[in-house]
Amino acid sequence: MTDQTAGQDMIAADGMPLKKSLAKSLQREKMRALMLIAPLLIFVLITFIFPIGSMLFRSVENSIVQDTLPKTVVALQDWDELSGELPDEAVFTAFVEDFIIAVENKEHTRIGSRLNYEVSGMSSLFRKSARKVKKWDPVQDAPFRDKLIDVDKDWGDPATWSIIKTHSVKYTNGYFLNAIDMQRTAEGAQAQPEDKQILIKLFIRTVKMSLIITGMCILLGYPVAWILANLPNRSANMLMILVLLPFWTSLLVRTSAWKVMLQNQGVINDTLVWLGLVSNDARLEIINNQFGTITAMTHILLPFMILPMYSVMQTIPPSYLRAAKSLGATNWTAFWRVYFPQSIPGIGAGSILVFILAIGYYITPEIVGGTDGVFISNRIAYHISSSLNWGLAAALGAILLAVVLVLYWAYDKIVGIDNVKLG
Amino acid sequence: MALDNSRDAFVQFNRVQKSYDGETLVVKDLNLDIPKGEFLTMLGPSGSGKTTCLMMLAGFETATHGDIMLDGVSINNIPPHKRGIGMVFQNYALFPHMTIAENLSFPLEVRKMGKSEREEKVKRALDMVEMGAFGGRRPAQLSGGQQQRVALARALVFEPELVLMDEPLGALDKQLREKMQFEITDLAHRLGITVVYVTHDQTEALTMSDRVAVFNDGRIQQIAPPDALYEEPENSFVAQFIGENNTLEGVVKEISNGRALVQLDSGDLIDCKPINVSEPGQRTRVSIRPERVEFHKDRLSPDAHLLKATVKEFIYMGDIFRTRLSVAGNDDFIIKSRNAPDQVRLQPGQEIEIGWLADDCRALDA
Ligand SMILES: Nc1ncnc2c1ncn2[C@@H]1O[C@H](COP(=O)(O)OP(=O)(O)OP(=O)(O)O)[C@@H](O)[C@H]1O
Ligand SMILES: [Mg+2]
Repeated sequence: MTDQTAGQDMIAADGMPLKKSLAKSLQREKMRALMLIAPLLIFVLITFIFPIGSMLFRSVENSIVQDTLPKTVVALQDWDELSGELPDEAVFTAFVEDFIIAVENKEHTRIGSRLNYEVSGMSSLFRKSARKVKKWDPVQDAPFRDKLIDVDKDWGDPATWSIIKTHSVKYTNGYFLNAIDMQRTAEGAQAQPEDKQILIKLFIRTVKMSLIITGMCILLGYPVAWILANLPNRSANMLMILVLLPFWTSLLVRTSAWKVMLQNQGVINDTLVWLGLVSNDARLEIINNQFGTITAMTHILLPFMILPMYSVMQTIPPSYLRAAKSLGATNWTAFWRVYFPQSIPGIGAGSILVFILAIGYYITPEIVGGTDGVFISNRIAYHISSSLNWGLAAALGAILLAVVLVLYWAYDKIVGIDNVKLG
Repeated sequence: MALDNSRDAFVQFNRVQKSYDGETLVVKDLNLDIPKGEFLTMLGPSGSGKTTCLMMLAGFETATHGDIMLDGVSINNIPPHKRGIGMVFQNYALFPHMTIAENLSFPLEVRKMGKSEREEKVKRALDMVEMGAFGGRRPAQLSGGQQQRVALARALVFEPELVLMDEPLGALDKQLREKMQFEITDLAHRLGITVVYVTHDQTEALTMSDRVAVFNDGRIQQIAPPDALYEEPENSFVAQFIGENNTLEGVVKEISNGRALVQLDSGDLIDCKPINVSEPGQRTRVSIRPERVEFHKDRLSPDAHLLKATVKEFIYMGDIFRTRLSVAGNDDFIIKSRNAPDQVRLQPGQEIEIGWLADDCRALDA
């Protein structure tokens, strides 16, 4: 049978080659599936993929210098910033020409604050110079070199020009370097001065505290999941409601409740003072620090640990424990050698879930974290809404996203995320 | 009397009761003595309390009342892992994260046995069930029958004197089940272990066991060797449950010389052996095996009472003929006759007379 058909293609009932007709029928199925998910696809595209894409783009995009000072950028190309000498008159002329236009278009403040991210003082330099330069005429008032240095002696410092040149590229790694406490300089990537190195520390703290929170969730969640999985159905349902209860309460409310609990005049301190365990003038500092963040976030993320653990534990039949005991294992050995290894996928799933959630958490650290209990995401928020350094915020966000994606990949390896199949 | 029994009984259930919910008794007054080396099967319909008894013996359930003794010692307060009882579970319960060899080595490890001794015992146990080549595999990589053997080897590797098996062959197909039935009994007898085996497959119970305890409704209905159970059921439940059986209902007319005359509800009179009836006037359910019913008059004693029957259906089954009759208002009366050259093949609609030896017809409880 196979011998006969090996040479030629199989023909379907309508005379078309079988393969083609199969592909056609599958095609239709795929189209139908695609139509069903189209609303979601479009929604995700608009609300998720585009913003993330534009954010990623913003972390390297740097056309402002080129756009605002085009002639200067060209003129600066011939200047060797490592020579220690000032650029020649052509550069100054080009700059003044560019700058007059920029001031007319009111763009000088923007480029000022852009360069101010790199070196403070740039913003005021640009604003101060603008007031003088806008009265000049690019043809009659030349040469500009000494005039400009008269306006502000910083123009006579090669470093100022070096900054403009270094950050004149259209796509920069400068934000990413900043995000890891380095900077883009004429000599290449270099470490930031000691006192400005805070972001790596913040990253490390974020990871460390997320790990502690994950660990706490494992310790507190495992017994609960175990009880849930082993209780008779009715009581298990009751307990499940208690576990899920936090989900039905606003995150803000829960976090604020922790504020009530933990603050200096809060429930816990009051109780301890009332019991005489702590004297009134030595109330415990358990909020606005790392302890506060860890406590509140452990509580908030606990269900995300319990649920995957529970679903894994539910699939472990009680007969394994019984078998182990009948083979002579004590309760502890039976648990440790037989039950625990089988529950590890649940711990893994829960841990990765909690860790990923924790590492990007914002609200809770913001409310109960004080200064030393905040996360990298709070810094991102600061750069987005206060310092307006969106490029740096985007770079920090991109690094965070990369960390999470790596974790997601690990999650897939360990637990396996069901593939979404199109048709 | 109880003392005498306990001396040679290896396992003893003494007035054991069990309730899960405090309202109903799942096991009601269980008394059972199992001598050393016996292969005892607990047989019964679903929910009759077999697993519960096994779990109480293994220590995973506590008896609500009564004593369970092992080798003359009450084990009520001994935790499962100290009882030293091997157990084979219905789903095998092989640890999925360990290899076969690790599974077998587990009971030896928890007994703090040295590595070389462990390896040797594991190898011997695996060879015993012809699974020597599979030590490095995981349970998921074995077929059902192979997993079964490994489970058996694991329950035996630490050399327990008592092994419990709860429907260990339930998940296997018929052929494999028959093969394993033979292997398990063979192994049990070779090793001289005591086995308590649970099944609800009566063929399995009859072919494997030294004695069978028939459970129903939380009680042992009868405990006897397979042949006695089949031929001399002590009550109508056992008669119905074991093998094929015909029942007719009626009232005892008279009892004399170990014979009971029973008047059926249809008015006909038949001869029976009184088992659960003692005096005239009692209602009874008489039980007769299909292969003991005779319709050749010359093979019956001349004074035997005969019953009129109408042939409803004739089924040719190869080695036997199975004929369905309508007898005394019962349309499901079955007779079986051997397929021999001179055997008569009855035709549907045919009117015949049937009878039996009084000893084969047992007057049981109503
Ligand atoms: N853990 C339990 N809690 C409450 N009731 C139970 C429990 N286990 C068993 N029962 C009840 O006890 C009765 C006997 O159960 P058991 O498992 O001993 O039956 P079984 O004879 O093994 O039946 P099967 O042949 O179906 O395995 C059943 O009515 C069952 O519903
Ligand atoms: Mg059972």
